[in-house]
Amino acid sequence: MTTTVAQPIASSGAHAATARVRKRLTTRWASLIAIVIALLWTTPTFGLFLSSFRPEDQIKQTGWWSFFADPQLTLDNYQSVLFGTSSSSGQMASFLINSLVITIPSVLFPVALATFAAYALSWLDFRGRDWIYIGIFALQVVPLQMALVPLLSFFSQGVELFGMTVLPAWDLEGPARFIQVWFAHTCFALPLGVFLLHNFMSELPGSLIEAARVDGATHGTILRKIVLPLVMPALASFGIFQFLWVWNDLLVALIFAGGTPDSAPMTVRLAQMAGTRGNEWQRLTAGAFVSIVIPLAVFLSMQRYFVRGLLAGGIKG
Amino acid sequence: MASIVLSNVDKIYAGGVKAVNGLNLEIKDGEFMVLVGPSGCGKSTALRMIAGLEDISGGEISIGDRVVNHLPPKDRDIAMVFQNYALYPHMTVEENLAFGLKLRKMPKAEIAKRVNEAAKMLGLEQYLKRKPAALSGGQRQRVAMGRAIVREPQAFLMDEPLSNLDAKLRVSMRASLNQLHERLGVTTVYVTHDQVEAMTLGDRVCVLRDGLLQQVDTPQNLFDAPVNLFVAGFMGSPSMNFVTAEMVRDANGAAVSFAGYKLPVPDSTFAEKPGLDRYIGKRIILGIRPSDFEDSVAANGNSTGWVRIPVRANVTEELGSEINVLFTIDAPPVEHKDTVAAANDGDEEEVTLPLTGDKSLWTARVNARSHVRPGQNIELVVDTHNLHFFDVESGLSIGHEANIGR
Repeated sequence: MTTTVAQPIASSGAHAATARVRKRLTTRWASLIAIVIALLWTTPTFGLFLSSFRPEDQIKQTGWWSFFADPQLTLDNYQSVLFGTSSSSGQMASFLINSLVITIPSVLFPVALATFAAYALSWLDFRGRDWIYIGIFALQVVPLQMALVPLLSFFSQGVELFGMTVLPAWDLEGPARFIQVWFAHTCFALPLGVFLLHNFMSELPGSLIEAARVDGATHGTILRKIVLPLVMPALASFGIFQFLWVWNDLLVALIFAGGTPDSAPMTVRLAQMAGTRGNEWQRLTAGAFVSIVIPLAVFLSMQRYFVRGLLAGGIKG
Repeated sequence: MASIVLSNVDKIYAGGVKAVNGLNLEIKDGEFMVLVGPSGCGKSTALRMIAGLEDISGGEISIGDRVVNHLPPKDRDIAMVFQNYALYPHMTVEENLAFGLKLRKMPKAEIAKRVNEAAKMLGLEQYLKRKPAALSGGQRQRVAMGRAIVREPQAFLMDEPLSNLDAKLRVSMRASLNQLHERLGVTTVYVTHDQVEAMTLGDRVCVLRDGLLQQVDTPQNLFDAPVNLFVAGFMGSPSMNFVTAEMVRDANGAAVSFAGYKLPVPDSTFAEKPGLDRYIGKRIILGIRPSDFEDSVAANGNSTGWVRIPVRANVTEELGSEINVLFTIDAPPVEHKDTVAAANDGDEEEVTLPLTGDKSLWTARVNARSHVRPGQNIELVVDTHNLHFFDVESGLSIGHEANIGR
């Protein structure tokens, strides 16, 4: 699909540049270096993976490489970390569910909102459009930490202006606090998302949109039938980006979802375990591996979009 | 099918640029109307206003009996063909053709029927399952045409649809377009900057310049009776030769004299161009079409009444069917703003090299049997019945029916 997208957009200059880069990246030395880097970066993950299957007493006494001298595997670690009932066991299963509940809407909301916003900013003609876009673009520089306290007081006290209550406090308890996390993640993701998708959408040839309008399409139809299929790579890459960020996030979740099993994600639990049960290596390794399996699967299944999307935004190729 | 009427249509862009200025144009039902002019003349803007892709700043546009000023494009029942085809890259040819019909909630059987008919008409049957990226330029162009045809709209609007094709394909597509219009008889508005395309395709041609309508007429009339210097210089290739000349009358009758030549003006010309006699004794701008010259040797026998002028050929361009002879005449080039605009075709840069000094470079189109070589002195004959006369100040064609009383 990307090749057809590239067709009307690509210029010959960009083509030559891509060809040159491609040529340099396929020499023998480049491949060798790539393999070395890949090995260096995969080794710790592999060690973690292997350790998580080794019996408790072995993990605590020897390194993972001694597995090859004395191969012994067990699923006990996973059993206890996921489904164990004692308080020391991890109860990872429910935190895993929490993580999914937090992550999936926190990806879908920003993707959907950013798509609409990017379309409007690229193809609807209205006053102040450029200023709004610049404003959104500028918001990217606001660090997340700076917004935490105002956002927290917004949730717990609402908004008051000169003694008048503009918005009431949300006062959410228990699992309803997921909403706060979704809201926070959506807010923080939108500037980058709008910027990324706008760059991509505005690169589409204008006559394409006009042809669709003459053909009888409304803006909704154009977005759904023409623009969305063509910006799929960008959408996917933004989606994966956001997924990985939210999944790995500790700070936002800890502040807005709290640390209790009914709303906290896995990252919070892992941090707790590392703190309180820092010597229980067998559970930490298994828990850590559980937490990376899902993003790994998401990334591997969609990586070609990810790479393409990031490249396509940059060099029009 | 419907007529399209533009009355006093204005387009003013932000910043006050007036792209289209009081345009009045009536396109009859089933007519092929070509809008032509140099780049930036407002022809595309006019087309896009008819399509509804640009707002109308003033005036009124109606398609059929409906005023469409505030209708969105989808409600105007028109189809448009874009310069870069604007095919949906992620859809197959079949889906591209069917897209507009699906949006109009047409029954599936009817869609299939129309798509197949159009594909057959355009020879696209074996490509229906392909994506646009797998098609050649000419095929993509045909798909773009097909997308307009299947809609069976009131009017086709075409924005330079052939300009992205190579020269040979362009000629054959031009012929196909003509046939297609014969067959479908749909009102068509066609924008181009190529005056050859305009002449060959249009039932009538509308020449625009700087947002102002210059002349609307049949191609032949535009060629034979241009309304002013701009139209005269813009239409026709090679373009018309101009010189500032003096109109005189003596014992032998009326004549124009310039650069040592003296061409008699037949009495019939004065009858055709009322008001021309008032210019006797004054300066005028004389225009001669290259095709009204002939090599006196090659034309021997059928040049009765033509006048011989000896020239020295600087350059010859042999085109096979004819030869263009470029020669200088000893008179300064006409620097009227209209001739300059027509020659420059909208580009700011100088088109011709300043090699001729203070002389005008003229072109004569002679028979291919002529044996003229560069640097040779030859004798040309001029058909004096087809001389064009323009006012030195206004640039208007003297005696043209549209200019009488202006």
